[in-house]
Order: sequence, then C-alpha cells, then structure tokens
Amino acid sequence: MTLGAVAITLFAMIEAGLTRNGEMPASLFVYAVLFGGLAMLAHVFIRYFAPWSDPLLLPLATLLNGLGIAMLWRLFEATGDTEQGSAQDQLILTAASMAVFAALVFFLKEPRTLQRYPYIMALAAVVLLLTPLLPIVGTSINGARQWVDLGFTSLQPSEFAKIALVVFLAGYMVTKRDVLALASRQVKIGPLKVLDLPRARDLAPMAAMWGFCIIVLVILMNDLGTALMLFGTFLAMIYVATHRSNWLVIGLTAFFGACALIYPFVSHFRVRMVTWLDAFRPDVFCTDEAMADPESFCQTAGNSQQLVQGLFAMAEGGMTGAGLGGGKPGFVPEVQNDFIFVAFGEELGLAGCMVMLMAMALLVERGMRIALASKELFIKMFASGISFLIAFQTFVVIGGVTRVIPMTGATIPFVAKGGSALLSSWVMLALLMRMSNNARKPAPQAIQDEGATQVISR
Amino acid sequence: MNKPIRRLAIFSLALFGVLMLNISWIQTFQAESLQEHPYNSRQFIESLTQHRGSILVGSEEVAYSDPVGGDSDQFQRKYENGTLYAPVVGAFRAGSATGIERAENSFLDGSNQLLAVNNFRDMLTGEEPKGADVYLTVDPEVQQAAMDGLDPLGKNGAAVALDPSTGAVLASYSTPSFDPNSVASVTDTEQAGKKWEELEASEQKPLLNRAFNEVYPPGSTFKVVTASAALEDGATPESTMDAPESLDLGAPLTNAWDASCNNGAPDSLAHSIEISCNTSMANWAIELGGQKMHEQAGAYGFNQGPMEVPVDVTESSAPLETDPNILGRNGIGQANVEATPLQMAMVASGVANDGDVMKPYLVDSVQNSNLEEVKAAQPEVFSEAVSSGTAEDLTQMMIGVTEGDEASGPAGAIPGMQVAGKTGTAETGTGHTHNWFISFAPADDPQVAVAVVVENGDQSGGELGAPIAKGMMEAVIDE
Repeated sequence: MTLGAVAITLFAMIEAGLTRNGEMPASLFVYAVLFGGLAMLAHVFIRYFAPWSDPLLLPLATLLNGLGIAMLWRLFEATGDTEQGSAQDQLILTAASMAVFAALVFFLKEPRTLQRYPYIMALAAVVLLLTPLLPIVGTSINGARQWVDLGFTSLQPSEFAKIALVVFLAGYMVTKRDVLALASRQVKIGPLKVLDLPRARDLAPMAAMWGFCIIVLVILMNDLGTALMLFGTFLAMIYVATHRSNWLVIGLTAFFGACALIYPFVSHFRVRMVTWLDAFRPDVFCTDEAMADPESFCQTAGNSQQLVQGLFAMAEGGMTGAGLGGGKPGFVPEVQNDFIFVAFGEELGLAGCMVMLMAMALLVERGMRIALASKELFIKMFASGISFLIAFQTFVVIGGVTRVIPMTGATIPFVAKGGSALLSSWVMLALLMRMSNNARKPAPQAIQDEGATQVISR
Repeated sequence: MNKPIRRLAIFSLALFGVLMLNISWIQTFQAESLQEHPYNSRQFIESLTQHRGSILVGSEEVAYSDPVGGDSDQFQRKYENGTLYAPVVGAFRAGSATGIERAENSFLDGSNQLLAVNNFRDMLTGEEPKGADVYLTVDPEVQQAAMDGLDPLGKNGAAVALDPSTGAVLASYSTPSFDPNSVASVTDTEQAGKKWEELEASEQKPLLNRAFNEVYPPGSTFKVVTASAALEDGATPESTMDAPESLDLGAPLTNAWDASCNNGAPDSLAHSIEISCNTSMANWAIELGGQKMHEQAGAYGFNQGPMEVPVDVTESSAPLETDPNILGRNGIGQANVEATPLQMAMVASGVANDGDVMKPYLVDSVQNSNLEEVKAAQPEVFSEAVSSGTAEDLTQMMIGVTEGDEASGPAGAIPGMQVAGKTGTAETGTGHTHNWFISFAPADDPQVAVAVVVENGDQSGGELGAPIAKGMMEAVIDE
C-alpha cells in the first residue's frame, strides 16, 4: 500500500510535467529514488520495530505527503518560479520528518511515560506558543505573529505546542477526571434542573486555557487558527475525560462570548469575519472602483481576494478537475500555503478532493480506533486527542478556504508546504503508530497457553 | 471512556462530512455561477493566448484578433470604428471584458459546448484552434446615423433602433463613447489599465451603455403607453378627457405651453397625443387606475426584470401606484416611471408591429472557424402588448405628432412617407430636461422603430430628438 501511495505521487508528477512542459520531469528519478526509498525505509522500519501497528496509517500519511510534494513540484518547479519555495525543500523536510518519526517510534517505546510530566509539557507548550512574541527572533508573516526566525530557517512553534498541550491535557485529565466529572453544583430554575455547573476551582484549567487562547493568541498574536484549534482540542479532550456535555456548554459559551466581546476591539478579528460573511461585496473584494474610494473597506484592512479566487479555482475544477498542471492556480495569492487545497480542487476536481478528504478521515478514524483499542486511560486520551487535533485542524483550514468558517490561517496536516507543520504531522503519526502497536500487540503466547492463569496485560 | 471517544469519532467524521458536502456544492451546483461571476477574470487573462473569434457588423470585422508577433504567443484585439461600436461590442482587455465581448465570450474564445465538435476536428487535423465569429444585427448605416446625430450636440445621450418585425437591434449608440483600442493593448498593459481607470473615473461615464443600462424618466413618450391602456380599456381616439390649464396633483401639473389643451373643452385622445397634452393624459391615467397602467406598462416590457440581449439590459420600471397624484404624473412619464432607451424603442416597435413586441436581440448568428453556422437568432414574441386595432389607432395618432396641424414633432417627418412618432421632454427634478423622441417608419409598413434620448438637452424632444431619429429611420429606408 505504501508502494501504491508512492506510485500515485510519481504518477501525479509525471502528469504535471507532461501537461506543463510536454516532457517527463527531469528530476523524476531523484524524487522516485528519494521519496520512494524513504517511504519504503519507513515501511520496513515499522515492520521491524512496530509490527503490530495499524497498517493503514503509514500509507495514508505517505499518500498525503506525496500529493503535497507533487503539487508543490507542479506549483514551483514546473513553472520555473522557485522564489516562494520548492518541492525539493519539501522533499528534504519530508526526509528529516521521517527520520524524527523513526527515532520516535524507536525510542519512545512506551508513550505512557509522557504521563509523568504533565506540567513540564504545559510549560513547554506555553513557552513554545509565546516565543514568537520575543523580540528579535519572533517574526510576523502575513500579519500573524507566529513564527520564530532561527536565521537559517523559520519555525512555527505553535505546531509543536499543540502536541505538548495534548500530552499535558491527557496527563492532567486522567488524574483529575473524577473531580471534573462528578463534583458539581446543580443550577435550578424552580424544580427544573438546567445545568450542572462544575465547582469554581475545577473551572480553573478551563479558565486558563480560555484566557490564553483569547488574550495571547487572538489579541496579541493574531493567530486565530491556533486559538481555535487548541480550544477545540481542549473541549474534545475534557469531554472524553468526563463524558459530560455541560463542560462543552460552558466552554462554547465562554469562547463565543469572548469572541463577541472582543469583536469591536480587535480589528484583525473583525476583518476575518467581514471577509468571510461579505466576501463578494465590492469593497471587501477590492474591485478597482472600491480601491479608488478612500472610504471603502479595503483601504483599512485586508480583502477577500484570496478567498474568492480560491472559490473560483474550485469552481473551475468541477467534477474531475483540469488535470494536474492544467489549471491556473497562480490566480490564488499564496496558493502554496493553506490554499493548496484549492489547487487540488482545481486540478483534481471534486473527485480528487473527495479522495484527499477520505484519506484524512480514514487517518483520523484509525486514530480513534487506537484510542478505543487501548486499555490505558492516558493512551485513550492521548490518541483521541491527537486524532481529533488532526481532524479539527483539517476542518479549520479546509473549512476556511471553502468558506464554511472564517479563514484563520493554519496548515493542512502532511499536505501543505512548510517544515514545522510537516514535522509535527509526522511526530503525531509516530505517536499514533507506537500507541497502535502497543494496543494491538498480542499478549505473550507462553503465558496464554497456561489456561486458567489470569493474564493481566497492559 | 469509550462512549465519548466513539462520539468524538462520529463528530470528527461529521466535520469531514461538512467539508465534503460544501465542496460538492461548490464544485457542482455553484460552479457555473462562480465561473461567470463578474470578479472572475480567469477566462479573460488566459484567453490572451487564444485566437479569439471576430465580431462582425454587416460584413465588416469590427473586432478581431491579430498575433502580437515576435516571441509572444499572445493575440492583440483590434477594433475597427471602435468608438462607433464600443457601446455594443464592448472591449476585451486583460482581466475582463464588456458588451458582446463579455456576453458571447464562450463562443468567441471557443469554449462553448456547441463548438466542441469543431474543436475536436481542429485538434485531429492539427489546425490552429480559433474561436467562433459573432455576427451582429447592427446596421452600420443606422449606427453611423445615430452617432452623427448625437455626437455634435455635445451632450450625453443614447439612441436605439429596432427592426419591429423581428426585434433585431439595428443600432445602439451611447454618447460619449470610447475607443476600445486604447484599453485593449496586451503589449502595454500598464498604459491600457491606466486608460481604463481614467474612463471608469470620468464623470461623463463613457463606459456606461446608456441605451441599455441607464434609466430615465420617459416623459411624454410614455403617453403612448397611457393611450394604449385607454384604448385597450374601450376608449377610442375620439374619446375625450378634461384638459385644463392645470391639475392639482399635490403640486400643480401644467401643460408645456401653460394653457389648456382644447381651449378649455375636454380634449380627444388623438389630439392629446398630437400636441402632447399633459393634463388630459394625467386624467386618463387616474381614471384608468394604477392596476391597468401597471399591466399595460408590463405588457410593453416594464417591470420584467433585467433582460439579456445577450448583453445585460437594466430593468425599466412603472410600479403599481394607487395615489392619484403620483398616478397622474406616471401617466405622462414622470414621478416613478423609469425607462431605458431600449424599452421606449420596444414601445414604438410594439405599436409598429401590430401590437406585438418582439424580443430584442443583438446577435444574428454565430459561425465556427470552418464557417459553419452554429447558432442563428430566432425572433421571438416578447409580449402581445395591445390588440392590432389599438395598434392601428395608436399609429394614426402618432402620425399626427409628425404631420398634424399642431404637430409637436414635425422634425421627425420624412418627405414622401408617413412617420409615426412621439416627443418627450422629461423633467429631471434638477431644472433640466431630458429630450426624447420615439418613432417608426414607414407608418403603413414599419421597417424601423427608434428611441432617442438626449440628457439635459433643455429643449423639447421634437427639437432635439426628432432630427436624430429621422436620420436613423432614413438610413434604413434609403437602403
């Protein structure tokens, strides 16, 4: 299956090359050897070191990663425009990410050991999230302050912070789940029970989470995507831990309440909402006429060009798409980042989009299965948290570019250009595979044969 | 803990489900409207490298594509008599197009389904693909006459000529116009873009096709509609109505000459049309009532929403009105009645064509690059506005406008032939007047129906509009 994923990637590159330049991509051999070799190595590695892990995970990740490389190749190399990046960079980053993936699978034999350090993880997450605010190293790109410039490369620490945060939440909630689930005060209106309110002190972690998301991420860093993702994952995990919907009610109320409250004061938040709701208004799209009007919306802030051009690209794709290399993704500004999905929409059409979303969904659902299959609470929390993170991140990004929700700016796991995102995706995959391996590992044979003896397995 | 995890798994799937549904919606049902969205410039930019079809008037190519030459594989769009045809043909430039260039883009660039067979054949034979040619219904002589009549006035305005029996648009000119060559350069796009912005910003609005996309109060030309409603309601040309010096409709409504229309006696319908009496026609409108007026206007094409001919035509409106003060003014084409010049030409052509209004159209035929016709215009009846008897009565009344004893538009008369016309001088509320003339000729065998409007001409429609209409009618008849 992994071979199949590699073959699809190479075939995609050949198609793009033929359509764009009328010839086979000159560097195809390099890609075939490197990407194919890497994937095969990873496959063999898994066979050897995590033999019981879910067999679907690696091929799915390879497919998504490979399609991402093929699309970036088509966007940059095939057009000769490598200023914005190149597929080779992405290939090298993939290699590095796979190395980290292998190392994690190899060294982190028992992911549950992470349970021991919830507060260190929390601290790490906060520090990582805050580093872009530091002077000198912290940089803003396209208005969002979420990068750290290391000189030779820039990192997006929030990509790693979210993993650390899942570890923390899993560890913390496993310890506190009974308190969180049971200790509550009933709110009654007359004889009617309306809501179970958690005790004030149990609300503290949620309050901290909420405050952090709103104040730091939204107001200071203009990082709506991360805020939404982190808070969503937090709610999902607290729901898994407590199985109580009142936490969701409280969380959602607090989150949307805060959004409503800061709406008048935080201009970039307002801009996102307006470009989402009124994307086709002339002054939001910034037509020539609107540009000439000094009073219009586009004089003060961003515009909906990217969003609308993205929708036009999707529309151009239709059912089967223009074929890789046959579309005009150059119409969409910054298409290589979060809008890479519309490039797939244009060139692979509805059919291609569906395949990609299915692959994503499958990946997520296999992750959820790991959570179900595991017997340890921490692993259950951890696996479901990571799976949901992948699902929610995909939803936030693709929903943003297809105008389901406001655009927030995050990356599609495995597919989009960028080192941090790719690396964190492979880290998540490594964690899932290791947990999957441990959950599915059969109990030692010798003991099982002893009949009546009770086996206590992990 | 498995139950909440299962629920979370289902919720995750639901998230993907939402994405899938939304993408399906965008890429199937919404795709076409997105592709044709005015902001969507993809089809125009990429098509600079396509050999676009020509647009022809008569046998003359008024818009065609030439290879840029040199290293470039692009084509330069060129316009013959650009200023004359710009209001109809529009302009094709990097990023967008207007007029026929936009409306018939799928034929011109060869992407239309009807051209698929031809494209496939070209592909097999290795022939360079070329878009289809679009033949317009416009008659160069009539178009020229419209320009020659309007431009020397130095005012904004528009003129439309229709073939009443088919609905073919024989002329559609709007002044000031512009030269599409000045905005279409693909080698100097910066200069072209600057010029376009200049045109967009100009107060004279040269990019506005006033013939199709500007609405004016039609003034007294609308009395034809009022008279139609009266005749259809059982009145005869001899039926009379009070025609005093002034009517009290909120503010006083007077006649153009500040006197009664028939020395104080009730005036006949025919005489009221001939001299363009305001007070009697306002009384007719009030007596007929809002419903009948509204329906009659609708039958001529008002209130029917935007139309495509195939370029967009703005809706003309004559809202249902109950207040007699407003109704009276509506009856003489003031208050809230608004019409495009094309709409008033449709009124004239409806009367000319025995009461049947034909649907206007600009494209006569489309030919693919192998000179095979892929599409030809089929004249359609737009509506049956009035009975043929009413049309005959109206024609006789309108002949009086050009040759009666007290004719209000004698300048529209053509020697040796009967011309049916109606003048209009519409108050704009700014102290200025728009000057209208609608007509058709020959009255006994109409070949052309015309509407002319001159913005803020500040004279009468008979003085300013009629000579232009006359020139356009003559251009058809002299052929």
